[in-house]
Parts: sequence; C-alpha cells; structure tokens
Amino acid sequence: MQLTKDGKLKHFLTIEGLPPLLLEEILDRAQQFISLPNKSQVQAPILRGKTVMNLFFENSTRTRTTFELAAKRLSADLINLDIRNSATTKGESLLDTIRTIEAMGCDMFVVRHSSSGAAHFIARYCAPHISVLNAGDGRHAHPTQAMLDMLTIRQHKGDFTPLKVAIVGDIKHSRVARSQIHALTTLCAGEIRLVAPKTLMPFGIEDMGVNVYNDIEEGIKGVDVIIMLRLQHERMNTALLPSVREYYARYGLTEERLSLAKADAIVMHPGPVNRGVEIDSRVADGPQSVILQQVSNGIAVRMAVMSMVIGSHAQGTGDANVS
Amino acid sequence: MSHKSTLIKNGRVIDPKSGLDEVADIAIRKKKIVGIGFKIPPAFDPDITIDAEGLWVLPGIIDLSAYLREPGLENKTRIPYETYAAASAGITEICCMPETNSPIDNGATVKLIRSKVKQAKYSQINVIGALTQGLKGEQLSHMGSLKYVGCVGVSQGWNPVKDLATLRKCMEYAATFELPLFLHPLDHSLMIKGGMHEGPLATRLGLSPIPAATETAAMAQIIALVEETETPVHFCRLSTAKSISLLKQAKESGLPVTADVAAHQLFLTEMDLSDYNPLCNTIPPLRSMRDRDALRQAAADGVIDAICSDHQPHEVDAKLAPFEETSPGISAFETLLPLSLRLVEEKILSLDQAIGYLTHKPANIIGSNTGRIKIGAKANLSLFDPEQFWQLEPEQLVSHGKNTPFSGWSFNGKTVLTLLKGKTIFSQ
Repeated sequence: MQLTKDGKLKHFLTIEGLPPLLLEEILDRAQQFISLPNKSQVQAPILRGKTVMNLFFENSTRTRTTFELAAKRLSADLINLDIRNSATTKGESLLDTIRTIEAMGCDMFVVRHSSSGAAHFIARYCAPHISVLNAGDGRHAHPTQAMLDMLTIRQHKGDFTPLKVAIVGDIKHSRVARSQIHALTTLCAGEIRLVAPKTLMPFGIEDMGVNVYNDIEEGIKGVDVIIMLRLQHERMNTALLPSVREYYARYGLTEERLSLAKADAIVMHPGPVNRGVEIDSRVADGPQSVILQQVSNGIAVRMAVMSMVIGSHAQGTGDANVS
Repeated sequence: MSHKSTLIKNGRVIDPKSGLDEVADIAIRKKKIVGIGFKIPPAFDPDITIDAEGLWVLPGIIDLSAYLREPGLENKTRIPYETYAAASAGITEICCMPETNSPIDNGATVKLIRSKVKQAKYSQINVIGALTQGLKGEQLSHMGSLKYVGCVGVSQGWNPVKDLATLRKCMEYAATFELPLFLHPLDHSLMIKGGMHEGPLATRLGLSPIPAATETAAMAQIIALVEETETPVHFCRLSTAKSISLLKQAKESGLPVTADVAAHQLFLTEMDLSDYNPLCNTIPPLRSMRDRDALRQAAADGVIDAICSDHQPHEVDAKLAPFEETSPGISAFETLLPLSLRLVEEKILSLDQAIGYLTHKPANIIGSNTGRIKIGAKANLSLFDPEQFWQLEPEQLVSHGKNTPFSGWSFNGKTVLTLLKGKTIFSQ
C-alpha cells in the first residue's frame, strides 16, 4: 500500500515492510539536503505548485513545525489545519473532513491522529493522487521520527551492523519506539534492547526482534546508542507507575548510569524532554547528547520523504527530479 | 401466501433431535406438521405441493443473539428488513438483545418489538430484556413485568454490573421469575473499547490489548455465584481456550451453566485484523488461532451448547473510520448456516451436530420446544439446496447491514425457501 507498483514510495505510513534500500535512500537524500550550502535560505523547487496539508488531530509542536519548514524549503504551499477548532469537533466524521480538504485541491497530507491505523485509513480512502505522510498514529508508528533518529545514528556511528542500541522508557505507549525497532531491524542493527518496567513493556514485543531488560543498568551496559523516551505524566494516574520520583530513581538516565555505556555512546531523545523525570539535565545538555541535532535532522528527513513521494506521483514530468 | 395445507415432497428431512435423516414428505396443515413420511394421513389433500427433490428440509434456525436496532437505532436498519434477512438465511426464530441505545428494560418496549416483528411476519421473536434498569448496572430491571410480557431471558449485554453484590441480587431476582440469564463474561476494567486480543500483533499494530483474562476472570466470578445461588446462567459468546476449560469444569461439577459461540469466532482470528480491518472489530475480540481451535474442539466435543450469529447490522459510516473508532459487530444472519456447514465440510462437526447447534439446542436454552421436525410441531422449516455454490458479495446481503468480513468467501449450499408456521416467508 505504501509503494507504487514499481516500488517507489507513495505514502509513508510505517517502516514495517519497507526494503532496506528505500530507508537508505531516505537517509542519503536527507544527508544531501543537509550538505546544501546556506541551507536555511535555499529553496529547492521540488514541490513548487504543490499543496501540503498539515492535518494534526493531536497536538504537536516540533513535528508539525519541522514538516512545515521542510515543505517550505521545497517551495510547497503549506496549510496548517487547526483541527481542534474545525469540523471534527462539530461532529464531522474523519472521512468527511478528508473529502472536504481533498475538494480544495492538495497533493499531500501530513497526518497525526490519536488512533492507531488512522494514517492507513486515510491513505486507503483519499483520492489516488494524494500522498499521506504519517506524523504519528496512536501507539502504532511515527516513521519520520524513526528515520531522523537513524540519520543521527548514522552521522555518528556509520554502519548499523555492529551497533547495540538501547531504547529506554514507556515502550508500551510509544509509536516512536515501534518505528525505531522496525527501522533498526531493517537496517540490520547488531542488537536492540528495550528497557522498561513490566507495566510499560508491551506483550510479545520480543517477537519484533529485540531483547527485553527490566533493569536500566544491565540494559545500557556497553551500548553505542541510548534512546530515552518521554514519560507522560498521566501514566502515574493509571497504575502503571507509582511516582515520577521512583521512575527517575529506577530508570532516569544519570551521568553515573551513562558511564556504563560505551565511552563514545550517544544519547538521544525524541522530545519534548522531561528533565529530572527520564533524564538528568547534565546528560541532556552533556557532550554525549545529540538531542538538538535530531531536531535539525528532522527537517532534512522530512524534506527527503516529501521529495520521494512527489517523485512517485510525477514520474516523467521532469519536475520531480532531485539530484 | 396463506394456505391451509402444504406438502413438501421428496426432500431429505434432517432433524438432529430425533435422529431423523431420510428422504421423506412432510405434510403441513394449520401451521403445524401433521405428517412425516409414511405417517402422512391418507386423506391429506394439499393446497400447495412443494417439490423438494435434491433439497434438505431443515428445522427453522433459532438464533440466540441478534441486534435488531429498533427502537432507538433506526438509522442502522429496521425490524422488517432484518427479520426478512433472517428468513432468507433459514432463521425462523430470533432472540433480540438489549443494547445501550436500546435497553429493553420495560414492558412497553418489549411489546413494541414484538408487534413490529409480528407485523412484518418474517420471524418469531424472543425478546431478551435488560438485567438492570437502562442497562446501567445498578438497579434491578422490572423482571417480573418483563416476564409477564413474554421476555425469554434477561441480559446485561456488554455493559458492566456495578459490583458482584448487585450481580448476585440480579441473579436471584431473575431466578424468582425463572428468567434465564444471558451473561457476557467481560471484566470491564480489563476491557478496552477499540482494542484487540492481547498478543504480539496488538503490540505491533499499536492497538490496546484485551487479555483473555477479560473473559476468564469474569467467568470465574460468575461461576462462583452460580455455585452459591444455583441459578442457571447462559454464557454468551465465549472466545478463549481458557473459557472453554472453565465451562467444562463447571459442567462437570454439575453446575447449571450453558454457553454459545458466535459463528465468526470459529473461523476468524486476530490475524484477520492485521490491516486494521474494521469489519473484524468485534466484542469479544477475535482471538488467537489456538483459541479458535479450542472453540472448534469444544463444538466437536459438545462442550458448548449453541452457535449463534450475534448479528449486528451497521450503517456504512459505522465502519468507515480508524479501527479504534469503529463500532464493533458483524452483520451475520446470512453467514450463520453457511459457516456452520463449512465446519461439516472441514470434518470438525457432523451434519447432525452443526444443525443441532442451530436448532433444538438453542431452543433448550430459551426453554422452547421448537427447532425440531416432528408431528404436532410448528411448521418452521427451511429448504436448503446443498448444490448451490455462491460467493458472498456484501452488497448482495439481504440485511441492511453490509458489514461482513466474509466478503469473497464462497459457500456450498444456500437456503431456497423458508416456512414460518407453514407460510412461505422467503423464496429464492
């Protein structure tokens, strides 16, 4: 469903099932955008005349903004639809909202929604010329986030095959973790470890090719990459954790714990960071942290994905060539 | 349509209750069967003769669970449409369930449903009333009145009962009026709307997990209350292997419990919703292959007591949304018999077993003596052509609910004629 019949990226809904070569292409293109001189001023004409619609049914700051910047740097017209003040709150169905926006004429939907599978649903029912980019659906997937993480890892570590990567935190509710796991297994990472208390570890996650740890100190011992996940405060109210304090004491990434990883290990976080909850400020701001680099990579990865899906539409017209 | 007497000639008459399975004629007069085979009165002179050569003559199917959506949800469908859909599938008797938007908790609603069904003339109806007022799980419903207006049982549907003390009182009060209890074993603290069976696939899809304990924990509690109160309970829609062992144990220790399984649970599994197919959103959720096989085994061993459709017709929009936001349920009247017979094709059930689970066995549960072919019984019959091969296309369903996950499935055999009290209510 995500690929055209000749294997080009049509929608970007999930990393699961995509070939490694395609993920490499995303990373290569993103790296190319980063290498452009004066990248903040340059506007590539790849999406000129195209309309991108940001459909955020759930709050987001950085994902929405970086998609917005990515679209603008590719010369697209971008519209941010403020869903909270729009029709869905008046009882309009999701499908009617999509049809209405389609009728206004656009080429790409960037969708965030609180239901798992929402991006698949929209991709299935939207007009055939539209590409859907998943900017996060429920607990299911957040593929551009995972790809920007992969780019960050590649910039620091190069080859994925020898790497040990630990993902620490609320795996159960995390679409980011699921997409990272699919990306890492597709790119043949050496070992993927998940670290969380049992209440935040989803059933049967081992089947996705990961090793499960309940103890952070064991879990991050000797790893090359540590990815911390955001802990949402509402988890305290649903009997998943006793308190923020205990979580920090048992699972927070401190300098002391970080020293158990490889000396050149990098620390990542998809943001927004809860300082003093999942991570100590000294680590978040420390020399091993690459958190801000992740954000700027986010723009490049989203530019790469947008240019690729537009390429799948406009084959033969010549205006979709990047390189 | 109305005829005084009918002769069905040369059909293969199958009545699992009496063990009858032979080519025979059936004579019908004044709504009743008056003769079978050589016992047909010599003076019988039919107004109408139906040639059933090559066809099976089956007892009318009794479906233990259907949601007819009226009164309250008329945007989904209406009683005449759905009862006709039932008739087209050989179903002559329907048990309709209370639901949140249509809690059948007073005599007037029961009378309304009964009169609408009667007016439509396509089916006999057995109304299952609400266990608690408004299905809110707090106050006892007016079970005495419900019984008086003809309810055959009471149920809480998928709604929770406040606590075990309330449930126990509900059971005792229902027993006072000899109203069978139809309970869905669901622990509501473990039940997440829009979720799926807990397992690696739920994790992968990011859907909320519904563990097997949702059902087994609730079932164990109900069994404990059955032990103490000696109130008969019918468990609705079992879905897990462990529920089957609980049921078996309870039956072996002599407790008055029975149970049914929805036909789709004997075929579909969690894997069927791997592409977020909202047509596979059901309560209870589709379970693992192992659970499905245990349910099939339970049917083969006679541990369960009935197979039902759990018919839940929806308007198109109810399924046009991301999985978690869709309404659960399958439009299932028209696949009940075909799926049950497929279990015979797959050599899991004998033909007698399959038909039995749809006819005299569910009749027992609602305390009725229908669902059989014998002299003196109501002539509720269906004629089934075992040679008619067909492929299911949702648009061609008779039901107004086109929400079936069995699109594209092919089946051997189709109902061609249905009689309700001797009258033809459906003819292909």
